[in-house]
Amino acid sequence: MSALTALARLRAIRDGVAQPITTVRHCHVAPQPMVFVPLALSGEAAAPLAAMIGTDPGHPRLLVVPQPRNRDLRFAFTAELAEVVLPYVEGFRKDTETVERRGGEPYERCLEAPQILVPNRQGAAFVGLLGRSTRFRRIDGPYPVHPSVPLLGRWLTYFADRSQQPGSCLLMAATEALGLHWATGQSGLEDANLATLVSWIDPPAGMTGAQAALEAEDPLLWPPAGPVTDPGFDNEVLAPAVHAYEEAPTEHSVERIAQALRTQLDPTWRLMWRAVELLRALPEGTRVRERWETDRGSFTRFTERLAEGGPPQARRDGAVGAAARLAGLERARASYDVQRAYDDPLVMAEYRLTGEAFAGTVTAADPEHTEGEGRSRKLRPLVTVTTADPVRQAPGTVVGSPDRRGHAAEIVEISGDEGVEAVEVVLKIVKGMGRGKSPTPGSVPEIGERVTYTSLTDDFQSSAALPDPELTPWTHGGPPQEYVPSDEDAQEEWS
Amino acid sequence: MNGRLDRLRGPVPSRPHDARAIAALAANPGCARRALLDAAGVDKDRTARHLGFPAPFGQSQFAITRGNSFETVVKENGCAELLRLLRELLKLPVAEVGYQDVESVGAHLRHSHTRALVDRAAREDGPAVFYDHPLLSLRIAGHVCYLEPDVVAFQVEGRFHIVEIKSFSVIDGQAEPRKVAAAARQAAVYVLALRALLADLGHAEERVSHEVVLVCPENFANQPTAALVDVRRQLAVLRRQLTRLTRVDTLLDGLPEGLTFDLAPGQDGVPTRPAGEVAEALSRVPARYAPDCLSTCDMCMFCRDEARESGATDLLGRQVRDELGGVSSVAEALGLAEGTLEPAEGQEEIARLLRLAERLREECLR
Amino acid sequence: MRILRDDEAGRMTPGQEAAAVVEAVLADLPRNRGVVVDSPPGAGKSTLVVRAAAHIAETGEPLMIVAQTNEQVDDLVNRLATDHPDLTVGRLSASGYVTPSRILAHPNVSVAGKLPDLGDPAVVIATADKWAWIGDRTWPWAIVDEAYQMRSDKLLRIASLFERSLFVGDPGQLDPFSIVDGDRWAGLSWDPVQSAVSVLLRHNPDLPVHRLPVSWRLPASAAPVVSEAFYPFTGFRAGTEHGERGLELTVNGMRTSYDRALEEAAASGWALYELPSRHTVRTDAEAVQAVAVLAVRLLQRAPVAHSERGSHRVGADRIAIGAAHRDQVAAIRAAGVPEEITVDTANRLQGREYDVTIVLHPLSGRRDATAFHLESGRLCVLTSRHRHACVVVARAGIPELLDAHPSAEPVQLGVPVKFPDGWEANQAVLAHLAKHRITAH
Repeated sequence: MSALTALARLRAIRDGVAQPITTVRHCHVAPQPMVFVPLALSGEAAAPLAAMIGTDPGHPRLLVVPQPRNRDLRFAFTAELAEVVLPYVEGFRKDTETVERRGGEPYERCLEAPQILVPNRQGAAFVGLLGRSTRFRRIDGPYPVHPSVPLLGRWLTYFADRSQQPGSCLLMAATEALGLHWATGQSGLEDANLATLVSWIDPPAGMTGAQAALEAEDPLLWPPAGPVTDPGFDNEVLAPAVHAYEEAPTEHSVERIAQALRTQLDPTWRLMWRAVELLRALPEGTRVRERWETDRGSFTRFTERLAEGGPPQARRDGAVGAAARLAGLERARASYDVQRAYDDPLVMAEYRLTGEAFAGTVTAADPEHTEGEGRSRKLRPLVTVTTADPVRQAPGTVVGSPDRRGHAAEIVEISGDEGVEAVEVVLKIVKGMGRGKSPTPGSVPEIGERVTYTSLTDDFQSSAALPDPELTPWTHGGPPQEYVPSDEDAQEEWS
Repeated sequence: MNGRLDRLRGPVPSRPHDARAIAALAANPGCARRALLDAAGVDKDRTARHLGFPAPFGQSQFAITRGNSFETVVKENGCAELLRLLRELLKLPVAEVGYQDVESVGAHLRHSHTRALVDRAAREDGPAVFYDHPLLSLRIAGHVCYLEPDVVAFQVEGRFHIVEIKSFSVIDGQAEPRKVAAAARQAAVYVLALRALLADLGHAEERVSHEVVLVCPENFANQPTAALVDVRRQLAVLRRQLTRLTRVDTLLDGLPEGLTFDLAPGQDGVPTRPAGEVAEALSRVPARYAPDCLSTCDMCMFCRDEARESGATDLLGRQVRDELGGVSSVAEALGLAEGTLEPAEGQEEIARLLRLAERLREECLR
Repeated sequence: MRILRDDEAGRMTPGQEAAAVVEAVLADLPRNRGVVVDSPPGAGKSTLVVRAAAHIAETGEPLMIVAQTNEQVDDLVNRLATDHPDLTVGRLSASGYVTPSRILAHPNVSVAGKLPDLGDPAVVIATADKWAWIGDRTWPWAIVDEAYQMRSDKLLRIASLFERSLFVGDPGQLDPFSIVDGDRWAGLSWDPVQSAVSVLLRHNPDLPVHRLPVSWRLPASAAPVVSEAFYPFTGFRAGTEHGERGLELTVNGMRTSYDRALEEAAASGWALYELPSRHTVRTDAEAVQAVAVLAVRLLQRAPVAHSERGSHRVGADRIAIGAAHRDQVAAIRAAGVPEEITVDTANRLQGREYDVTIVLHPLSGRRDATAFHLESGRLCVLTSRHRHACVVVARAGIPELLDAHPSAEPVQLGVPVKFPDGWEANQAVLAHLAKHRITAH
């Protein structure tokens, strides 16, 4: 955490309300996201208990497992969940666009993609566990399940895996999306509680964020956002209701359980849509669209993979798969960090604080400046920027600017003493000013212009190819046994 | 020193340390309040309730039921299932293992019974045996504490392994790291206690392996799986914390004579001492609140409230606190940032940093 | 591993002991697909690499050498070309690489971006990143240098290039890391964020692992301290005896605390320059200033180093300043340290050697220690770069900070516990430094 965010949190304490830490929204919010609030049975890894799900705030669908220890009821629940999730997800497959690309075949990409919102990180992890426990099921053989169950499992696994990708918005945890944009007056740990987080961001009239958050910690007023339920509720309400169901599995006893669980889900359901509203109210950052395009591309590829009938995702990554995934994640992480800074002066301010970026005014410019003689004579415009920021970059550093795409400059000289007087930075433009004798109009900052430069650039080297999995070398265990889904997988107990 | 601690606690028996409590000693060793309450054996949970700040730690009966049923599966038929797992995990050549439930003797005999059994096992070249519910003890701040006997010790060829049965799942070889860590810390307490017992009986400590056997349900079923967990690091931490507890006298030194956290329970056990008085007494011993306490200490809500009332930056977490250098109060940090407060000696740098941060925020949010 | 009996090892000089290990390594090479050599700080890793390279080249079979950074590659090329002027060496480089003059000076070295452009040298050297782009050829032999600092995913990209390989590195230094969370792969034998050596050994547990037993860099005052703190199960000894190394300050001091710290370091090999206890920002101005003043003062005292190699004046190029964070490095640089003195983070000081080092303690001024600050490899790098003396600058209060440190590190199933524990290592080093404390005033 930087001093900038720390300061915002201090302010939040004093002002009684969360403070913005961005000027724009850095995540995509779909026109019609699907909100999913799952609850699990305490003490079990992935025994679903209930879920509230839907795309219409006014009409959530409540799914309930009246006896979570009953395997058949669990599969009935997942089949029902699939009835809601699959049509939503598959609905985006139809409309596609053709994307041209340099040096490659054009390809099809879905125009829109699904977006699933869960309350918190544990909710996202639960999506993964639910996917893991259902994707290997068979629709025939000893323990047949409805055909939608393994398919749902593969989709949920896809969403959970994808949510680990920095900047991806196909599956998002509301607490993380909100925490990206606001600093509260409580700790990061406490921000994982959706009710307190929203209380800080948008306290009810007449209350400070601190007061509202304190109230939101009461599980009777604001039940936990799941997947774990309130132990008090378990012991005093749910257990007797489940017991009654076991005595007499009537419609009435099922309804009793459903009503009980509804009281636990309803408040979170409302919070989720408030979170959506809060996020929607922020203006979208420029590069959010690019990242959503990447998400759409990824979604399209997965639908194609399913259509081709590939096997379900393996239990763990193989050596080559793990390395490939790591490279992808690292690249996404780096690019996400740069994109957010370029989109948002307040995020860029974090880098200005540490001296990795500076903003200032152009006080001198020599746009026609050249280097070299004769044929190797090159246009190298010079610009002097005066800044009050601490500049901790050495001459020779190549810097980019959020003000101009494809623009790059090299730091030539830094003079002046930080803190005592303004610092002057002489820059040599090396990219983005055209190939002519004079720079392309607008490509060189003019005197009086406010500019920002940073050593943070979106200029990555692609990583070298990995071997085919079947050529995994001896250092990494040799070629893996090919994964064939077995009956054993399909029959795995889920009790 | 013990007299002092007894006075702090008041005329109620010292709250016994179970393995979980001992393992938790390392959760926030910098907190003098907690160190003192623990050393004096004060019932923190009860104290926090009386103060009106109960900790939000409840346990669902579903989780308890699940835990018990899993333990039953593992221990059924003289730990038959456990034997199967250990044979694989430890590559045991033995076909059969004896089973001794130490709980079968009366409670008052259990410790001496455990002693005798362990001594015999270490002395003779006997058969492999599971000891269920052995009653082990540890010296803590001068007191002998008996540990809750919810553990199995396994002995083969004179070597012992602690077996810890937990009901969280291991899915495709992975379990939640925080839960594994908690299990490892608890198991380390038993390893240390069993080692102490062996040493006391004149045997080599190393006979107790530093690798404990963790038994958990596999994937989504009730089927157990076992893994070895190396607890050498946890043992080192534990030894350190136990040594620290013997040094609480330095904490006692500065305290006013007659200070007590006694709740003065009446005949019915209900505290009669005004909560405000108890709170006042507690405030004499500084706490070191951090948000991490919210999952590890019964006193957390009381201390958080105290931190909030005093405007301490501790509220925001260790990282923020560290980021702010030596500035410990919210008002002070904001004063430095906004320039309404002149930095004291040694605060010039953090003041410069905060002022720069303030300028940048202003500039961007204008 | 060949185990030397106590009496046998006792009779050998450090030189004989080290030579015996090198012989055993060379003998193991043709018998195994892989051989691992653990090399504590300054134990002659480069010498071993050069020796093994020459040994393999003698057989007439081609050899590829993998290092992790361009600087390491250039160092190796330089050593190899100097020690073996008859050996042809090819240096593969990426675009944008500027060949340093120390490489250009060797007639037996060729530099190119593509393999065919190198001619057909006996030895080809490049970074792991560069090797990952080379395909279509297999080498019968490879040497992988700094293999503990190499991430296993890098090894995966190049392992099919060679048939057998020697892996050399220092297990006590900083582990490789990733900017993303690697929990997903924890416990897998091929976890891509683990070091190349851990993955290699988990799949091939029977490969021989040798250990170089003697540090030629660390003086007798430092080897036992570093060995006990950071290599608790695989100790090593110094190649020199007490008294064989000496640091002489030839200009008299002025009895300031700086002078006394330098004198303590010159006399004993260690000094702890202790500032008053205070919680500070990372770039603690007072501490930064103290580091800079100590460096300047050291040069003013005209230090002369005496060692088994003779005596020489310790110039600025033989002095390094180490810190944990980049902003600290920038602040120290800005505080007026002479240009020729190296100032860098622990990560970038790995594998380097100086006569005297000045270290800003990673825990100085901190209120809470994080895993980053406690990582044993960081302190190990910082306190094991020197041939003569190491001055550590820190605020008082680190023992209290360690004492208050909560221990709740998560535990992953199937991941071997790494030793030493950062807490214990920090404690051990501090306990030693306390004997050489000079209080600032």
